[in-house]
Amino acid sequence: MRPTADLIRLAVPFLALGALLAGVFWLQPRAMSYTGLNLLFNLAVPIALATLAQMFVIAVNDLDLSMGAFVSFAACVTATFLHDTPLLGALILFAAVAGYALLGVIIHLRGLPAIVVTLGMSFVWLGLAVMILPAPGGAAPGWLRALMTVRPPLLPMALAASILIALAAHLIMARSSLGVLIRGVGGNERSVARAGWSVLGAKAAAYALAGLFGVLAGMALVGLTTSADANIALRYTLLSIAGVILGGGEFVGGRVSAVGAVVGALTLTLAGSFLSFLRLSPDWQIGAQGAILILVLALRLGLDALERRGVRA
Amino acid sequence: MSDAPALLSVTDARLRFGEVTALDGVSLALRAGECLGLVGHNGAGKSTLVNVLNGGLALQGGSLRADGQPVRWDVAAARALGLRCVFQELSLCPNLTVAENARILHRGQFGLIWRAEARRLAKAALDAVFPGHGIDVRAQVASLALAQRQMVEIALAFAEAGPPPRLVILDEPTSSLDASIARQLLSHVRRFVAAGGSVVLISHILSEVLETATRIVVMKDGQVVADRPAAEFTPAGLVAAMGSTAQERRRAERGAAPAAAAPLVVHALPRGLPVRVAAGEVVGLTGLAGHGQTELLRALHDRLAPAWAAGRRPAVAYVAGDRRHDGILPLWSIRRNLTVSALSALTRRGLVDERAERAAAEAWRSRIGIRSPDLGLPILSLSGGNQQKVLFARALLAGAPLVLMDDPMRGVDVGTKQEVYGIIRAEAAAGRAFVWYSSEIEEMELCDRVYVFREGAAAAELAGAQITETAILEASFAGHPAEGAA
Amino acid sequence: MTLLRKPWIWAWIAAIVVYAATIAATAGASAAGLAQAAFTFAAFSVIVGLGQMFVITLGPGNVDLSIPATMTLAGTVSLKLMDTADAMALPGLAVALGIGAGVGFANYALIKALRIPPIIATLALSFVVQSAAIWTNRGLRIKPPETLAAFSTGNLWGIPNLAIVASLLTLAAWVLLERSAWGRRVTAIGQSLPAARRAGIAVHGVRLSAYVLCATLAGLCGFLLSCFSGGAALNMGAEYLLISIAVVVIGGSSVAGGNSNVPGIWGAALFLFLVVSMLNTYGFGAGPRMILTGLIIIAVILAASLRGPASRGM
Repeated sequence: MRPTADLIRLAVPFLALGALLAGVFWLQPRAMSYTGLNLLFNLAVPIALATLAQMFVIAVNDLDLSMGAFVSFAACVTATFLHDTPLLGALILFAAVAGYALLGVIIHLRGLPAIVVTLGMSFVWLGLAVMILPAPGGAAPGWLRALMTVRPPLLPMALAASILIALAAHLIMARSSLGVLIRGVGGNERSVARAGWSVLGAKAAAYALAGLFGVLAGMALVGLTTSADANIALRYTLLSIAGVILGGGEFVGGRVSAVGAVVGALTLTLAGSFLSFLRLSPDWQIGAQGAILILVLALRLGLDALERRGVRA
Repeated sequence: MSDAPALLSVTDARLRFGEVTALDGVSLALRAGECLGLVGHNGAGKSTLVNVLNGGLALQGGSLRADGQPVRWDVAAARALGLRCVFQELSLCPNLTVAENARILHRGQFGLIWRAEARRLAKAALDAVFPGHGIDVRAQVASLALAQRQMVEIALAFAEAGPPPRLVILDEPTSSLDASIARQLLSHVRRFVAAGGSVVLISHILSEVLETATRIVVMKDGQVVADRPAAEFTPAGLVAAMGSTAQERRRAERGAAPAAAAPLVVHALPRGLPVRVAAGEVVGLTGLAGHGQTELLRALHDRLAPAWAAGRRPAVAYVAGDRRHDGILPLWSIRRNLTVSALSALTRRGLVDERAERAAAEAWRSRIGIRSPDLGLPILSLSGGNQQKVLFARALLAGAPLVLMDDPMRGVDVGTKQEVYGIIRAEAAAGRAFVWYSSEIEEMELCDRVYVFREGAAAAELAGAQITETAILEASFAGHPAEGAA
Repeated sequence: MTLLRKPWIWAWIAAIVVYAATIAATAGASAAGLAQAAFTFAAFSVIVGLGQMFVITLGPGNVDLSIPATMTLAGTVSLKLMDTADAMALPGLAVALGIGAGVGFANYALIKALRIPPIIATLALSFVVQSAAIWTNRGLRIKPPETLAAFSTGNLWGIPNLAIVASLLTLAAWVLLERSAWGRRVTAIGQSLPAARRAGIAVHGVRLSAYVLCATLAGLCGFLLSCFSGGAALNMGAEYLLISIAVVVIGGSSVAGGNSNVPGIWGAALFLFLVVSMLNTYGFGAGPRMILTGLIIIAVILAASLRGPASRGM
């Protein structure tokens, strides 16, 4: 089988991750151990989940600017309601997922700009989070804490979980009919509708999946940090978008890859650690992430040019 | 054969879009076991008819029967009958693989474990139509060459999935296929028809139609002008049937074009003839729609109109044909739409001189006859023809020496057309140059020189008395060496 | 009544209603004070809102998310440069404006060169700018020069100086949008980019200038805000991300572009400030305030889409 364009696309994030990992090991050989890797990838799981959530929205050509606020909200619910009154907590989180699906329906039906709607929603989620936890606090449910601190043999938890999550999301996005439908809507909405499918249903499903993975991201985050605050995950908005793009996704056209998105998230997680190993001032951490995103987009442009030349030849 | 009810038939079909009659009493029956060739020039009503047949457009008059029964006809009913359609624009999802596209196209076909099945289906479909195709059904459609994408689309239309295909409509299916692949397709069409299927074939390559079709229907001006067995047609006869019955007219008035003048613009294309325009000349672009005329105009405009900093006097003006997409500014008044290209000249110290603007707009209102009580009214309050006049006035008011026109007369009434023709000739006499793409052949007879486009290139150049409907039709439909090609 | 048909009137009506409700709750104790505070704080929203308006007018997908970072960087660097010296006031202002213009150029350069949606370009760049601000600031809080501090907190015959500055800018923006050829071109691009291009408008030049103008106004706002609040804080711009968009949308301009108005920005800016102070008066905390702000934005977009044809945005 010839390497498809998709595989070449997927190779780039893997190579980026490999190069970064090599850089870290070179700067800090002690990182090359079970504990070292665990530390390096500590926050990878919530970031990977948030990136996948963003991926479902990007797959239908929208963009979710409320992801960070939503993950914060889910984290606050997890650290309070889910800990104190598990049933009520689960109910709230379920309602949040339903809310996401509803958002997708409204955006599609009224043709609203997803960017502005989700920007508005980011304040709603943040407001709710602030009401739940006005000051940092709360506690992780015991089972969640136990789950996130499991020490599986061979691979640290963060990596093992990332692989499992990537596989699950890959099954949904690439293997299931629903995934094909969602990507089809991103690729050519008209012909999907012409074949008799409900575009509205597909968008609602994509948003619901985004909500589900956003909730999981918030829960995973609390499992790791044991407490929450309203601003805990605000930077996930940019991280999740960057992860999808880094992982070979496109803003429009339904070209996204679940495996790529997870690798992109791991790369961004590692980038933070790498920068601190470089003794780069922490002032520049956020800026470096912005710069990495710009760099990736520039690389992508070059890659696209190569790809186009390849098709023409 | 004739005693069985037709698979699908329309009787006295009528459809109007605003002032334009698209179908004017068309009757047509599609029977099992025949391939119907559908030919006609632009605006003959072919695509409208196809859209009626596939359920995309509802008829305003006349009736439609499926299997002899009157039915409520829409896209779903058409699919249930076994009607499949291959459109000129690609309708695959480019981001999905070939097999995944099969999954999307055949909705009710698959269960939970669908991937292997979809691959098998796509592969079998491709093998059936294009043996030895060499397309990996696991490949993403975007990574395929254009011809391969078209092959996939055609093969999936013939695929045995869902309601079995009984009637397949192919709209220019061979436009991006090379000759040997096209032959594979046409022989599959014959097999499909021999096995009792029905095909409607639309193509600008007349030899294909003549070889493959069992019956040929010629359309013109929304009517069927000929409907006979294919064997009764010759290439020349087909071209003649598409042409108008009226004789060559109006040619004598003007002598040979001032082609000797130094060209104002020369635009070379990767293939075919370079397009030259001299001051004071009206140059026509013709040929079948979608063969590169609009692209040429856009490329010329992109080349001559600065995108970063505009000068005070524009070098080029553009009259859009697709009014909604790249013509009118829908939220503005008639006046603002009219003056937008001339803003630099109407501006004093950065501010728009509204008195000068009013005066300029009023001058053009009376000259071009925009029918509106007040130019301050929204542009959308005007009829389509009057909106088009505003776009004309906008381009002429801009004061550019070169005006590009992208099929601007679509959907414009006859009276308006005559007025605009007069203005074009007058402006050309005053030294302005026009490049005019029109999908209507008669308009080409108003030009000094004409380039006939075929497959993205200017295939023939006609000048002065050479510009006749027959010459243009011959050059547009391949398979006949065009006369007068330079 | 023709006045009621103006798209901006609703923001003003809403502002007046909320003002009355707040005054009623406090039994009229602070009518003048509340109005003065509202005009002062609304001035900042108006200044960034005017810039954002020109960008949003450019059509679907056009929005500048780098406003908060630009404000912070401009405020930080200019205060550092002036170092409380009155004589440096003008150079400080020039630097703030220059930083804004530079960010605007960079924004459009990214949009154009990388062919990415403006939202991503401006967001990614804003993180770089934010980092630059953190690095310059170093946690130090430098006071603004005396005169500037006095000017920005002072008033003329009871009208806050900042409100006067914002009003002058509003007037200029109105002339630019409604009377100038440039404003015409911005509006044309927002209605249809391809149609504007074919009408001969130099679309890249016009879009670039709108982004530069927007970021320059953000720089000015950062300068004034840091003078007003006695120093630059790292999060000083944060709330202006949503507010800059909100005042445009609530003010009756179309999110889909091509149809904007200037007066609505003032009405919306006053309304947003008064809503917050009303909720404060009634004893609500930060959470409900944010929720309400978010919901108002969504409701306004929804209402606009119900009123007119569905506005297509990205």
